[in-house]
Amino acid sequence: MPVYFDPESYAVVEAACERVIPATAGHPGATALGVADYVDALLGAFLVDPPRVWAGGPFSGRHGGDASFEEFLPLSRLEELAWRTRIEGSQGTAEREFNGPVPGWQQEYRDGIAALGPDFVGLAPEEQDARLDAVPEFKQLLYGHACEGAYGAPEYGGNRGQAGWDAIGFPGDVQPRGYTDEEVTGRD
Amino acid sequence: MTDHDCDAVVVGSGPGGATAADVLTSAGWSVIVLEKGRNHLLDLEPPFAAAGEISNDELKFLQRHFLGPDPLLEPRAFRRAPEEGDRIFAGDVNNLPSTVGGGGFHADGKLPRFREVDFRARSQLGPVEGADVVDWPLDYDELEPYYADAERIVGVAGDHTANPFAAPRSGPYPMPPGPDMFCAVLTSQAATRLGYHPYRAPTGVNSVEYDGRPACNNCGFCGFFGCPIDAKGDPVASLRRALGTGRCEIRPESFVREVVVDGTSRQARGVRYLDAALDEHEVSARFVVLAGGAFETPRLLLRSGIGNADVVGRFLMFHFQTLVLGIFPFRLHAHRGRAVTHLMDDPMVPDVAASAAAKHADLPYFRGGIVEHGGAGQPITEAIHLPPGELHSQLMTESTTRDCMAVFTMQGEDLPQTTNRVDFDPRLRDVWGTPAGRVTYSPHRHEVACADHWAPRLEDVMRDAGAHTAFWVTSPPRPGSEFDAVNPTPISRHVMGTARMGDDARTSVFDRWQRLHDVDNVVCTDSSVFPTSTGYGPTLTIVALALRACRALAGVEPGA
Repeated sequence: MPVYFDPESYAVVEAACERVIPATAGHPGATALGVADYVDALLGAFLVDPPRVWAGGPFSGRHGGDASFEEFLPLSRLEELAWRTRIEGSQGTAEREFNGPVPGWQQEYRDGIAALGPDFVGLAPEEQDARLDAVPEFKQLLYGHACEGAYGAPEYGGNRGQAGWDAIGFPGDVQPRGYTDEEVTGRD
Repeated sequence: MTDHDCDAVVVGSGPGGATAADVLTSAGWSVIVLEKGRNHLLDLEPPFAAAGEISNDELKFLQRHFLGPDPLLEPRAFRRAPEEGDRIFAGDVNNLPSTVGGGGFHADGKLPRFREVDFRARSQLGPVEGADVVDWPLDYDELEPYYADAERIVGVAGDHTANPFAAPRSGPYPMPPGPDMFCAVLTSQAATRLGYHPYRAPTGVNSVEYDGRPACNNCGFCGFFGCPIDAKGDPVASLRRALGTGRCEIRPESFVREVVVDGTSRQARGVRYLDAALDEHEVSARFVVLAGGAFETPRLLLRSGIGNADVVGRFLMFHFQTLVLGIFPFRLHAHRGRAVTHLMDDPMVPDVAASAAAKHADLPYFRGGIVEHGGAGQPITEAIHLPPGELHSQLMTESTTRDCMAVFTMQGEDLPQTTNRVDFDPRLRDVWGTPAGRVTYSPHRHEVACADHWAPRLEDVMRDAGAHTAFWVTSPPRPGSEFDAVNPTPISRHVMGTARMGDDARTSVFDRWQRLHDVDNVVCTDSSVFPTSTGYGPTLTIVALALRACRALAGVEPGA
């Protein structure tokens, strides 16, 4: 269940992400990777406390040790200021506008989703691509987040089942196991 | 000294500040370290254990500014020349971590020493038109014992016999080298075949248990990450020892706004800083140690109105990076290991071809830089540089520009120019209300010509190693090029030279003991004092210089 997007917006984001990271032979698409869940968690980072900005450490539990990535770290006052500004926008407050207004990702997604149109989900892929190409700045933002959601640690909401890492032959975090000297030096 | 809060207040907790805190507390001084960033490194109470917040997490470290500075809180401006206007870019410009541990936190710890000639470039190699190349006010022999101590303190793993060009040493490294990365084995063997001299990189990462910290387990999240298991010595070792004396206090989230100077005595009384709640405090001290790095130190000097105003902020140097990329027909797994395991000094040692090319370019010499043999590691970083759509998924699956790519980084010597500088942006502010720093920087034609000479030769090494494709770019990119449109700023995190030291108070800011010419109880232990950039990573030299300056300051060794 999305924490931030309404179902219609979520569906548009999901469909748009699938166009920038489509399923191909051997590589799941953004939908299967849960990339829209990643974007949803990012834009809704402050709907939970501590906010979902920085996963904890030192270990995920995938290769030994206690699983601690899931316990997100608290932000300092200034860090919260920066991340709320980045996500929510400056909203006309002096505290967030010492270098001028910042629109914020939530607004950029609202505008982007509106520009893609309510019928976006049902369009043919070529038409979806044309709509995305008509909003290059939003496409760029979405693509960056889609890459993060496809290959970031699963604790951030995407990379479902580590399928993004599996597809590209990347093992992800490996502490505290690490690699043996032979694994570092030898040819696979 | 009961009329002071402490003997020394240290601004910044990176390699220079941590070393100062260590040396001064071990000499019996009381020290307060003010760090503008947060503490993610270690508990500040005994036994000063690892904080447990460091992790193998690309998003946190590379996309989400975990180590700071956040460009929304601390934007920096960039322009190549004043003719371009106030700025052509604002945001992340050469940001070193703003956190307890500073630049040592994220470095992968390649820690070579400089060579003898690096301290004597002007007298041994001569002047270069359009640059202000000068000798250092000390030479290699004087610094050698401090290099040796720095290697012991940080814990450097290396082979002292491996580099034929290395300066003389008083002893071996305290640890043997760690395991070679597969990609670097291929490229270093090829380099040897072509007549170059690669060697196993001296690295500030434990190859065996050392100083109570474990051996590295090769996790691969090294450069730009912190170490989750405490196997990197810099700066944990120094900070932990300083805290252990009971005479050191570290105050994170403390932004030093100015050095407070008594106008009559021309002595610093201490510093004024803003805490996490933006409340102002003053710390009084007998000495002020500046260690905020070569970007922050000149800003602080300028805000405080101290230091030779004709020189502060000028002679900003990075390393002019030449990145030579080789694509291999098989996977190299460079995400395992210490990011870079081999170096070679050849571009800094003139050969017949380089000397001829320099002459042809109407330059007295070419001084390239150390060549790091490494690979590409992280998938989000790879992904965002690929085109969206079908090609994305295909290229990511093949991992052409990650798992099949080896990378040479030549850290080209960047000649000091008076026009390259840090000053204030006229409009941008940081969250503390002070003017944002601005970089004005263009490489000297020496750096560009040197890259042009060495890049094709390094491409040949890549091909000999088995790459089917090799290409190269520089950072900063050529104005008007494709990469310039993406980001015109230099990506080097080696920042040096903005408050150079020297014997002549008219042409330098700090003296040979790194004390301010005009306010002599202000000391600098970061790379601001470097008169030239050399072609080597700056960290070990920062630590060695800090040891020398602070031992002299504390009177435990002779000095000023």
